[in-house]
Amino acid sequence: MRELLYLTAHETAGLLARREVTSREVTQAALDRIAAVDGKVQAFLSVTAGHALEQADAADRRLAAGERGPLLGVPVAIKDLIATKGIATTCGSKMLEHFVPPYDATVARRLFDAGAVMVGKTNMDEFAMGSSTENSAFRPTRNPWGLERVPGGSSGGSAAAVAAGEAVYALGSDTGGSIRQPAALCGVVGMKPTYGRVSRYGLVAFASSLDQIGPFTRDVRDTAVVLNAICGHDSCDSTSAPVDVPDFTAQLESGVRGMRIGVPREYMPDTLEAGVRARIGDALAALAAEGAEIERDVRLPSTEAALAVYYIIAPSEASANLARYDGVKYGYSYQKGASMWENMEKTRGMGFGTEVKRRIMIGTYALSSGYYDAYYLKAQKVRTVIRREFDEAFERYDALVAPVTPTTAFRIGEKSSDPYEMYLNDVFTLPVNIAGLPGISVPAGFVDSLPVGLQVIGKPFDEATVLRVARAYERAASWMERRPEL
Amino acid sequence: MKLDRDAVLHIAKLARVDLTDDEIDTFSAQLSEIIGHFDVLNAVDTDGVEPTAHTLPIRNVFADDVSRPSLTQDEVLAMAPSTEDGYLRVRAVLE
Repeated sequence: MRELLYLTAHETAGLLARREVTSREVTQAALDRIAAVDGKVQAFLSVTAGHALEQADAADRRLAAGERGPLLGVPVAIKDLIATKGIATTCGSKMLEHFVPPYDATVARRLFDAGAVMVGKTNMDEFAMGSSTENSAFRPTRNPWGLERVPGGSSGGSAAAVAAGEAVYALGSDTGGSIRQPAALCGVVGMKPTYGRVSRYGLVAFASSLDQIGPFTRDVRDTAVVLNAICGHDSCDSTSAPVDVPDFTAQLESGVRGMRIGVPREYMPDTLEAGVRARIGDALAALAAEGAEIERDVRLPSTEAALAVYYIIAPSEASANLARYDGVKYGYSYQKGASMWENMEKTRGMGFGTEVKRRIMIGTYALSSGYYDAYYLKAQKVRTVIRREFDEAFERYDALVAPVTPTTAFRIGEKSSDPYEMYLNDVFTLPVNIAGLPGISVPAGFVDSLPVGLQVIGKPFDEATVLRVARAYERAASWMERRPEL
Repeated sequence: MKLDRDAVLHIAKLARVDLTDDEIDTFSAQLSEIIGHFDVLNAVDTDGVEPTAHTLPIRNVFADDVSRPSLTQDEVLAMAPSTEDGYLRVRAVLE
């Protein structure tokens, strides 16, 4: 049933609603696809076939009873840092290799209640720290568009699974670009909603003021459909925003005629890869042809400081969040030491990989006595400045557009020895997390057969406009017809 | 700002992370370079600017003071590497 593999969720739901296929057939097709290609792609850390077929049969019973729903019976892959009750959730780390959560994350619970069928948990950079999925403690994921290349990260497994036809959609998390960057490099749609839009309850914490869960999908409508299912206030997450959630599909096809769209100059630097620049230029022309008013000289002058702000705030929050891995309550535990402290230090030394330790060290340093004001407090103040610059831009523009990444997918191993070079991958995505804004990556064509992503950034809680711009571009360009050869 | 071996060991102690000799040397060079890039912040004028801890316009979220079900003691202890008589077990903290 190869024709099922690249259907969108809304197309799949249509077939299920008309009883032209069963959820079991759709689920089996995804599991067969995983069996056929995941040896090459390595998108999954665990494939939950038995559990998936049980969920599929339950969905088929609901469908037979007349129930209908946009995600009922549709296969999903979930990043392995979102807690799933009774199913291992490793966070890509030796520290949590054998951890089995006793509860479901709110997003997982909402999807399962809506009838979603989880086919497996996807690979990721350990504790979501990385831009290539090479920091997984278990294995790298490969880019379906070129198996010698990275899929991006940290949600590289989720992006690759959707690109390879192994799941209809997926969930990931985005702290500095970890949904949008792999979506761009794998040629799928990926969205980070506004900070606070989606509950983080049951998400393994990395940087709590930046982390946000979001979907990977084949088209923009599916992103709207998944957001409808996962957004909304949750009393279990005190940072989840008590604001109304609109129907994100309502304005989707309204187009961009008369909309004012800005292009920040700082996001089109001279160092931008020529091919990426060309594709973004094509996308701007397409949006203009759709009737948008494009202003190419928007200024966000503090963009240059965003990387430093991020690499102070995120590791600082991580160093505090990851203090919980002490070998006492759950997770990996070294127990042969002579003292409690030796056990704890060895547990953390052996349980965490190099990048995680590097960030814990950066964060501990930035928060330590004598450096707090110079680094952490200063970074928080510059964070205010960055947010204000976005707020001022949004007084004049309905949305901002930019590249997602400075380059297309790089080769596995190419940047793994130089952490700072790796951090530069996220230079266009992390300001959006710093400011807490919604951002999407939508496929914008290819350079040498490798995908490029167009980023659309919106006002806080204005995902609807972001989706509308992304959909208008997608409709004009229709890149989603192209598929990787595997 | 150069972080020498002693500085790296001090931070590792604060973070309670055991590092190998190779990691100490690698981190000494890499952390020095990364922290060097933080100097770019000095170019941003933040006089009179309030810090942002998070971007939501909400503060101090209170829940109603009512009990609700939580994980059982058995469920929590089942995740622990070492337990004794219903407690988490660790080596003596004070010798």
